[in-house]
Amino acid sequence: MELQTILFWFFALIAAVASILVIANKKPLISALFLILNFFSLAGIYLLLSAQFIAISQVIVYAGAIMVLFVFVIMLLNAKDEEEFAGGMKKIKNFVYIFGAIIFIELVYFIFGGNNEKISAHPKVSVEIGTIENIGFNLYVYYILPFIVASFLLLVATIGSILLAKKKIEQSNE
Amino acid sequence: MSEITINHYLALSSFMFVIGAVGVITRRNAIVVFMCIELMLNAANLALVAFSSFLGDVQGQVFVFFVMTVAAAEAAVGLAIIIAIFRNKQSLNIDELNLFKW
Amino acid sequence: MNDYLFLAIWLPLLGFVFNGIFGSKIKTEKIIGVIASGAVFISFAMFVYAFFQLIEKPVEERSFVVTFFEWIKVGSFRVSFSYLFDQLSLTMALIVTGVGFLIHVYSIGYMHGDKSFWRFFAYLNLFIFMMLNLVMADNFVLMFLGWEGVGLCSYLLIGFWYDRKFEKSTTADAAKKAFIVNRIGDFGFLVGMFLLYYYFGSLNFKDIFGAIGSVEISKDIYTFIGLALFLGAAGKSAQIPLYVWLPDAMAGPTPVSALIHAATMVTAGVYMCARAATIFVLSPIAMTVIAVIGITTAMFAASIGLVQTDIKKVLAYSTISQLGYMFLAIGVGAFASAIFHVMTHAFFKALLFLGAGSVIHAMHEEQNILKYGGLKKYMPTTSKVFLIGSLAIAGFPGFSGFFSKDEILWHSYANGGIIFWVIGVITAALTALYTFRLFTLTFLDKPRFDVSKIHPHESPKVMTMPLIILAFLSIVGGFIGVPEFIFGEGSNKFALWLDPVFEKAKILSFHGHHIEHSHITELILMSIAIIISLSFMYFAYKMYTDKKELAQKIANRYKITYAVLQNKYFVDEMYEAIIVNPIVILSEKFLWKINDVKIIDGFINYLADLVEKISSSVKRMQFGYAQIYAFVILFAVSLSLLFLIINS
Repeated sequence: MELQTILFWFFALIAAVASILVIANKKPLISALFLILNFFSLAGIYLLLSAQFIAISQVIVYAGAIMVLFVFVIMLLNAKDEEEFAGGMKKIKNFVYIFGAIIFIELVYFIFGGNNEKISAHPKVSVEIGTIENIGFNLYVYYILPFIVASFLLLVATIGSILLAKKKIEQSNE
Repeated sequence: MSEITINHYLALSSFMFVIGAVGVITRRNAIVVFMCIELMLNAANLALVAFSSFLGDVQGQVFVFFVMTVAAAEAAVGLAIIIAIFRNKQSLNIDELNLFKW
Repeated sequence: MNDYLFLAIWLPLLGFVFNGIFGSKIKTEKIIGVIASGAVFISFAMFVYAFFQLIEKPVEERSFVVTFFEWIKVGSFRVSFSYLFDQLSLTMALIVTGVGFLIHVYSIGYMHGDKSFWRFFAYLNLFIFMMLNLVMADNFVLMFLGWEGVGLCSYLLIGFWYDRKFEKSTTADAAKKAFIVNRIGDFGFLVGMFLLYYYFGSLNFKDIFGAIGSVEISKDIYTFIGLALFLGAAGKSAQIPLYVWLPDAMAGPTPVSALIHAATMVTAGVYMCARAATIFVLSPIAMTVIAVIGITTAMFAASIGLVQTDIKKVLAYSTISQLGYMFLAIGVGAFASAIFHVMTHAFFKALLFLGAGSVIHAMHEEQNILKYGGLKKYMPTTSKVFLIGSLAIAGFPGFSGFFSKDEILWHSYANGGIIFWVIGVITAALTALYTFRLFTLTFLDKPRFDVSKIHPHESPKVMTMPLIILAFLSIVGGFIGVPEFIFGEGSNKFALWLDPVFEKAKILSFHGHHIEHSHITELILMSIAIIISLSFMYFAYKMYTDKKELAQKIANRYKITYAVLQNKYFVDEMYEAIIVNPIVILSEKFLWKINDVKIIDGFINYLADLVEKISSSVKRMQFGYAQIYAFVILFAVSLSLLFLIINS
């Protein structure tokens, strides 16, 4: 067995299990932790796919910033353990699982049943594809417009979240 | 299973996606719902990167870069909204956020 | 100049519009009356002018068409307001406007003091306009417009005093009866028109009558068309079985009875049959039906008129009876004679009605002739002209009625058979009888009313002048149609004038057999008729002056017959029971209560309820839970993936 295969299965299994545990847990904090684990294993997979920059930014941005924010909020709001289903959802719960399974099966059917001769069995591309250099070059030359728009988006998001989470002005003056 | 084809990565991606979707619908806690949304986004990211790698096109990864940006912005704003709601209702249970009910 | 002749028809409409809009504000009656009468008089003058135009032309070219404007343009179906000026239509138009003018003048006096004076003249003008459209039209559609229009005016004028009681109900009921019974006839007219359009592709007179004979149509179709058209004529001209509206129409003011229900509207059916002569002659069955109904109606109505006590009722049944004579003439193919009788009848019947109006006014609205008597002393002029009218209608030799009636009797013998002539003579006898009964009881003998309470006096000049003119016409009107066997070839100017119109009809009807009758037969028959009518005139005179007890004895002897006659053979009651009441009950119990309320309303309400129920269950879809919406999306995605799988 190749190292690649072993590594893939290792990371894939961890990711799958972690994702199941994310939704299966009653405590929100534990769910957040499992999600972090999921992100880390995803980063590993990205490395396998020679997407180095993406892997690193996954760890830094997703696991390091977004999930930290989530954990902060959970602690801040003192989120309690989850209660049982109420009202209408109770009847639908089983159906949701069933339909989820159905969709998964259909997708798998598509994936494995389709013709993908165009896509080679293993990545024969060079490792250079995902380097910072390459991605930076593409960003600043070909995709400069989305890049700038994205920066605006971040600006707006920053202002927006501050405004939304702030207490009322009169109250904060006291 | 000696060779890892793109199908494996795609299968993993779809698995995560479905799990995330089920989580969005079934979980009561608003924050956990958000986390499941992030899970779904990551599944999409994985698919994109896999395609980018197997097709030799860097566009996929550039797109993933932007997806992450947007996900970050969305997470920030979404959590701010949850905090604002929590201040009024003192509860994170989605069932109680039903002002649009007829 | 000829192009403007349509104004002759449209001028009365202007009178209607003027009087209708401004009439209520004009305080002097004279202005309203003058405008209305003036409009009709100018029409009359224009028709006289047109008449002279025609006279100058050679016989074959005596017709022209004046178009006002195009009315209907649907595909290849074209109808315009076009007027045909030929001998037949001009004759009718002159009668309508001439007699109409005289009646307008009379009405100025008769309706004096009425609070709706202006409305009366507005309606009268409208009627003249509609009637002129009817007789001058050059296509069936415009004729039908006039047809319906005169029906409308009849309704408006019968119910003119809408708040007055009349017999067992109100004048409004009488007006409705007239309109509704007319409608039944109109249905027949419409069916006839549809058939004509179907087979000839046009409703224009020239197109239809020109194509007859050259188009392949079976005789049965002509019978259908003829009978359908005759149904319409029977409704408008009060023949069996649709005559029942005319006696009730006496609820209207007397000038209305004179104009509409004696001189003009009721002759519309006769005109229509004469105009469509070419159609009728191609169906011997239809002609026989017309003749039989005509003569039956004549005798039937005369028998009822014999025992009526209301002066206007007697004249109403007399009108129905004389109309029967006209249809008898149509039925035996004597079209010109029928129109001749239309003309003379217009003169003396209008005269009689207007005279009756004068009497009614003088006797303060009393209409029962048993309460009259001896009025000759108080109303000499009216009495004289009434006598002239009575002599004319009874067929006294030399008067107009004699010539026209005799012509009809002769033709009914020559072309129809002895039985028609016999019944015709019997009816003539009855006519003489009831007419002179009426005259004697009203004007002769001694007053049967309280002279100290009621002071009858002669009518003003505005009313007596038209009477005198009409009396003059009743005397001389017949001289243009004298029988040829006495006065020589070419002396029957009226027939010579009208015959070209019926040229084609004559050709089509005879094709082969032409029976020649000797002049001697004609003379003998005429003499018999004269003797009979003179003797009955004298008999009536004697019975109601000297031998009054004879009348009473006859009444007692034939009690049953007398009761049947007085109750008009119970026809109205039969119609009421067999037709009217079932329809009313059906409408009320079923159509209204069940169909309208339960079925239709119920259905609509059910629909509304259904919508409400559906929406109240659908609104539950707004859960408010966003996750359920997400689930729906999930569900839909799975379905679409399934769909994709199946398709790939």
